[in-house]
Amino acid sequence: MSRTLNLELKIWRQDGPDADGRFEVYPALGIPDDASFLEMLDIVNEELIEEGRAPIEFPHDCREGICGTCGMMINGKAHGPEKGTAVCQLHMRKFNDGDAIVIEPWRARAFPVLRDLVVDRSPLDSIIEAGGYVTAPTGTAADANDTPIPKEVADSAMDAAACIGCGACVAACPNSAGQLFTAAKVWHLNSLPQGQAERYRRAENMVETMEQFFGSCTNHGECSEACPKEISQDFIAYLNRDYMKSKIKNRRLAGQS
Amino acid sequence: MASPTLAKKSSLNPIRRRSKPLPFPLNLYQTAVGKKWVMAITGLMLLGFVIGHMVGNLKMFIGVVEHNDERIYDLDVYAEFLQELLVPIFPPTVFLWILRGGLLAAVTLHIHSMYSLTRMNLTSSIKYKEKRTWIAANFASRSMRYSGMIVFFYIIFHLADLTFGVLPWYEFERHQVQWNVTESLSNPVVAAFYIIANILLSIHIFHGAYSMFQSLGINNPRYNSLRRGFATGVAILICVGNSAFPVAILTGVVDYDPDLVDHPAEASLVESE
Ligand code: FES
Repeated sequence: MSRTLNLELKIWRQDGPDADGRFEVYPALGIPDDASFLEMLDIVNEELIEEGRAPIEFPHDCREGICGTCGMMINGKAHGPEKGTAVCQLHMRKFNDGDAIVIEPWRARAFPVLRDLVVDRSPLDSIIEAGGYVTAPTGTAADANDTPIPKEVADSAMDAAACIGCGACVAACPNSAGQLFTAAKVWHLNSLPQGQAERYRRAENMVETMEQFFGSCTNHGECSEACPKEISQDFIAYLNRDYMKSKIKNRRLAGQS
Repeated sequence: MASPTLAKKSSLNPIRRRSKPLPFPLNLYQTAVGKKWVMAITGLMLLGFVIGHMVGNLKMFIGVVEHNDERIYDLDVYAEFLQELLVPIFPPTVFLWILRGGLLAAVTLHIHSMYSLTRMNLTSSIKYKEKRTWIAANFASRSMRYSGMIVFFYIIFHLADLTFGVLPWYEFERHQVQWNVTESLSNPVVAAFYIIANILLSIHIFHGAYSMFQSLGINNPRYNSLRRGFATGVAILICVGNSAFPVAILTGVVDYDPDLVDHPAEASLVESE
């Protein structure tokens, strides 16, 4: 049996990157509680369009928690109140009738607001460009299981690779640090045999690119709490370790363990 | 093999430039991850000092002992021992000064890395316009800058009080440690300040002694759960240990009696006459 909710939304509206933003209050009436948070915004937008007003721009794409496009601060929490859930997977049944909900875009110097709730997260792409790849021979794909990888290592790499790049870690961090994102991307490749060739170059380049855009990690742990994929802070320690090794290691011996 | 071709270079310009690399090992201090490393190592050095300092001070509870056929407060024996550290190898007090130099360098680097990382963080972040919620961050982790600053001023005060003896409210006498410490801390205002500063120091350690593991990359699921316990344990140890001194002096558990020792502080004799 589905309920309907009447809510009051306080949403950040901003007409463009250089415009001054402001909060505006919108009623959201008759929202079915099995709608997702984004569907709730869709319903509000329909009404706005009908009234001839500009709809609220919000980032979204897959709506199944895998693409990392969605993301906003809901009542002061990145991706809203549910742990390990992207906002597209957040359901309105988690809210109560009559709730007032505050929605703000991600805030960081490196994430300028494009419009309303949409921010430019391309600095994350710059970090990937700096080393988030492996050199692999072209041609036919290698056979699966060609390279033996211990189960624990594969699991660890997989946990890191779960990062969808939504930027919630940056948004939740009081320093706007990009450590959790970078750590996940680095560890995904640095833990695997295929990533060894560029291991130290990768750690160095990705960290140094990250530091051109983001703040520094003070180990609060807000990032892991905000992460829709619950990526562990442990990867940040691994990243720090690989980065310092990259500065100290004799690279001519890097092939030796 | 070249690096992969990308359809479109991302459009945003960095908010800060990458500095030209300096020669090793100075280049380690050019990046935030390196600075956190320095922060952690200097923090560890200072933590070691704080623990050693506390253990040394516990000697004030021992009272008077027989040393070289003289009756003397054990704390003063310990002070003498510090002056004579590694004496056949170094002349007296030289090794002590080397240790002090190391501490001074650690404090300087700890503060400088804090300063430059704080600036980096302030230029990277934008405050939320509405209230935001803290889930994992705690009071200790969020107040590091402030607890650190207060502790820094406390250290200066403490040096002026008991090392240089330049504070006006008691008669300082060199090499009479038991006399100096009991005189200074029997003033309730001074004692209260010592206690408050040590509570802040413990709060600082509660986050610092955990955070340093992460910064140094010391992380292993086998023992990760011990890291928080270690930080909590050390913080409690420092808080209880260091607060015990002013409390003991205020309550008279630790005091100074010129009649019990062979070479009492001169000021103590003036007073009792
Ligand atoms: S829309 Fe793709 S993860 Fe939310």
